[in-house]
Amino acid sequence: MVDVLERPALRAEPPPEAHGPTGLLKWLTTTDHKVIGLSYTVTAVIMMVIGGAFAEIIRAQLASPNGTLVSLAQFNELFTMHGSVMIYLFAGPFAFGALANIIVPIQIGAPDMAFPRLNALSYWLYLTGSITMLSGFFTAGGAASFGWVGYAPLSNSLNTPGAGADLWIGGLLLTGFSAIFTGVNLVATIFYLRAPGMTMFRMPIFTWNLLVTAILILLAFPVLTAGLIMLYADRHFGTHIFSVAGGGVPVLWQHIFWFWGHPEVYILALPFFGMVTEIIAVFSRKPVFGYKGMVFATISIAALSLGVWAHHMFTTGVVLLPFFSMMSLLIAVPTGIKIFNWIGTMWRGEVWFSAAMLMALGFLVTFLIGGLSGVYLASPPLDFFTHDTYFVVAHFHSVVMALVMAGMAGLYYWGPKFTGYLLNETIGKVQFWFLFVGTQVFTLPLYLVGLRGMPRRVAIYPHDPQWKFLNDLSSVGAVLIGISTLVFVANLVYSWKRYPAGPNPWDGQTLEWFTTSPPPHHNFYRLPPIRSERPTWDYNHPEHRTVPHGPRNGDGA
Amino acid sequence: MKVEARFLLGLGLFFGLIGLVYWLWSGEDAGGVMLGAAMLLGFLPGSYYLYWSRRMDPRPEDDPAATPASGAGVVGAFPGSSIWPFTLGMGAFVTVLALVFGIWLLLPGLSLVAWALLGGVAESRRGGHV
Repeated sequence: MVDVLERPALRAEPPPEAHGPTGLLKWLTTTDHKVIGLSYTVTAVIMMVIGGAFAEIIRAQLASPNGTLVSLAQFNELFTMHGSVMIYLFAGPFAFGALANIIVPIQIGAPDMAFPRLNALSYWLYLTGSITMLSGFFTAGGAASFGWVGYAPLSNSLNTPGAGADLWIGGLLLTGFSAIFTGVNLVATIFYLRAPGMTMFRMPIFTWNLLVTAILILLAFPVLTAGLIMLYADRHFGTHIFSVAGGGVPVLWQHIFWFWGHPEVYILALPFFGMVTEIIAVFSRKPVFGYKGMVFATISIAALSLGVWAHHMFTTGVVLLPFFSMMSLLIAVPTGIKIFNWIGTMWRGEVWFSAAMLMALGFLVTFLIGGLSGVYLASPPLDFFTHDTYFVVAHFHSVVMALVMAGMAGLYYWGPKFTGYLLNETIGKVQFWFLFVGTQVFTLPLYLVGLRGMPRRVAIYPHDPQWKFLNDLSSVGAVLIGISTLVFVANLVYSWKRYPAGPNPWDGQTLEWFTTSPPPHHNFYRLPPIRSERPTWDYNHPEHRTVPHGPRNGDGA
Repeated sequence: MKVEARFLLGLGLFFGLIGLVYWLWSGEDAGGVMLGAAMLLGFLPGSYYLYWSRRMDPRPEDDPAATPASGAGVVGAFPGSSIWPFTLGMGAFVTVLALVFGIWLLLPGLSLVAWALLGGVAESRRGGHV
C-alpha cells in the first residue's frame, strides 16, 4: 500500500501502525529504511566475520617463514578475497548502507528514504553481489586470486582463467550498482525530505558526511563499473583495452581502478568520521566544536580525494609525481582540522567513557597513526622505498581498523535506537581493549617488517629472525582482534532483549533521539522545533539551548 | 535550495580547475576525461538547483525560523511493502550469472527483470499492494 504522509506536528496523536506482511515475507518485501538498514547491518557484520576469518588464516600461515597451512595458490585466493570482502562487502555497505540507511532519515526528520523501493533493490543487489563474489570458492579453479585491485595483465583470461575471476567481476558489478542507487537515494533524501527548520547548516555532521559520501559514490562508482565491463570484454570478447599485444594500455586499468579506489577510501572513511563526531559530542556533553569547520573539512577532503588517485601508481613511472604528491599531502590539512575539532569537542567537556566513547577514542588514536603514515607515503621518494612492502599494508590496516572501531562505536551508540535495547557496557569495554590492543600489536610490527623490506602478498619468506619475530607478534595481534569479535558476538547474545533503552539513553542531541526506540513506522509521532544542529538537546534542556550561528540562522531562542 | 546549488557548483568548479591543470601539466588523457566528467556531475544538477532556487519560494526546510506547523501538508507518497525490488534483484543476479555460466541464463534473468519492472510500474499506477 502507498502511504500518503502528512507532517507530524508537535504533540500530534500517534498515527495507527502500518499493517503489512510479517516474518520472512516482511523481510522480502519491506521498503522501510530501518528494516533494510538492519538487513544491511546483519549482512555486513557477517561479511566482516568471513573476511576476518580469511585474515586469521593468512596470519596463521605467516606465523612461520615456511608455513604449510595453505598452498601458494590458496594463499593468493585468501588475500584477494580478504581484501575484496572487507572493502567491497563489509566496510562500504556497513558505512553507507547499514547505519546511514537507518539513521540519516531519522536525523533529518524524514519518514523514509526518498525512493524506498530503490532502497530495497540496493540491498538485494548487495546481498546477491556478495553471494556471487564468494561463490568463486566453490568453482573448480577457486576464487579470484589477482589481488583485490585486479591489476591488468594479471587479471586477463590468460593469467587468471576460470569462473572465480568472472564471479568477482559479476559480484562487483552488482554491489557497484547497489552503491550507486544508495548514493542517489541519500542525496535525494537529504535534499528533499528535511523537516521544517532543518536547514543545511543545521544537519548533524553524520548526515553531512553521508551527503558528501553519496556525491563521492556517484562520482567514483560508475568509473569502476565501466572499468569492470572493459575488463570483462578483454577476458571474453577479444578486446585489447588493457593488453599491450593488441595495442592497449595495462596501466589504464590502474588509472580507472584508482580513480574509483582512492575516493572509495573516503567513501569508507567519511561516514565513520561522522559517527565519531556525533559520539564524541554526546559523550562530552557539548556541541560539536567548529561545526562549520567540520563541514568544510569534509567537503575539502572529498574534493581533494578525486585528484590523488595516482599516488597508488608512483612506481609505474608514468604519472605526474608533483601533482599527485601535492594533492595527497594537502588532504592532511582538512583531516588535521577534524582531529583538532574532535579534541576541541572533548576539551572541558564532561567526558563519559562509555563503550561507544572508548571505541571512538580508539578510532582517534589508531586513525592518527594510519593517517600520519599515509603522509609519508604521499612523498614519492619514501613511497619508492616502501611501495608493495608491509609498510603500506600496515598503513591501511591502521586506517581500516580505526574505521572498525568507529563502526563498533556506532553500533554501541545507535544500536539501542534501532533495536530498542542497549548492549552490555562492561562486555563492550572488554571488547574495546581486546580490539584496541590487538590492532596495535597487529599493525605496528608490520610497519617495522615493511621498513626491513618484506614484500606484501607472499605466502612464505626468508628465515630472518627479525622478520619472524615481527610476523609472530603481528599474528598475536590478529588473534586478539579475533577474540574481540567473539566478545562482541557474546555481548549480542548476552544482551539480547535484556536492557530496554528508552528513547534517549545517552541524552543525545540530534533528532533521532527525539523519537521512540525503535522508531515507529515512518519514524515520528511528533517533531520538536528545530533551531540549531541539536534540536533534541534544545528541547530537553531549555536552560542550555545551543547558541545559533548568527542572526540569520535561528530565531535567537 | 541555494546551499545545495552552491555545494554542487563549487565541487564542479573545483574538479574543472584541477582537471584543467592536470590535463595541461601531464598531457594524460584518461585522468583529464574522468575529472571532466566529475566536473559535469557537479555542474549539471548544480545548475538545475540554481535555476529553481531563483524561481521558487524558500521551502520550510530552508527557512531557519520554520516550525513543524510550517511544513504541514503532504510530504509525499511512500510505497509500502513490495515484492518487486526483490524480484528485480533476483533478475539482476541471474543475469550477472549468465556472464559466468552461460548465455542461456540471460533468458530467465532478463525475463525476471522485465517482469519486475512491469510489476513495479503497475504497482505504482494502481497505488500498490504486496
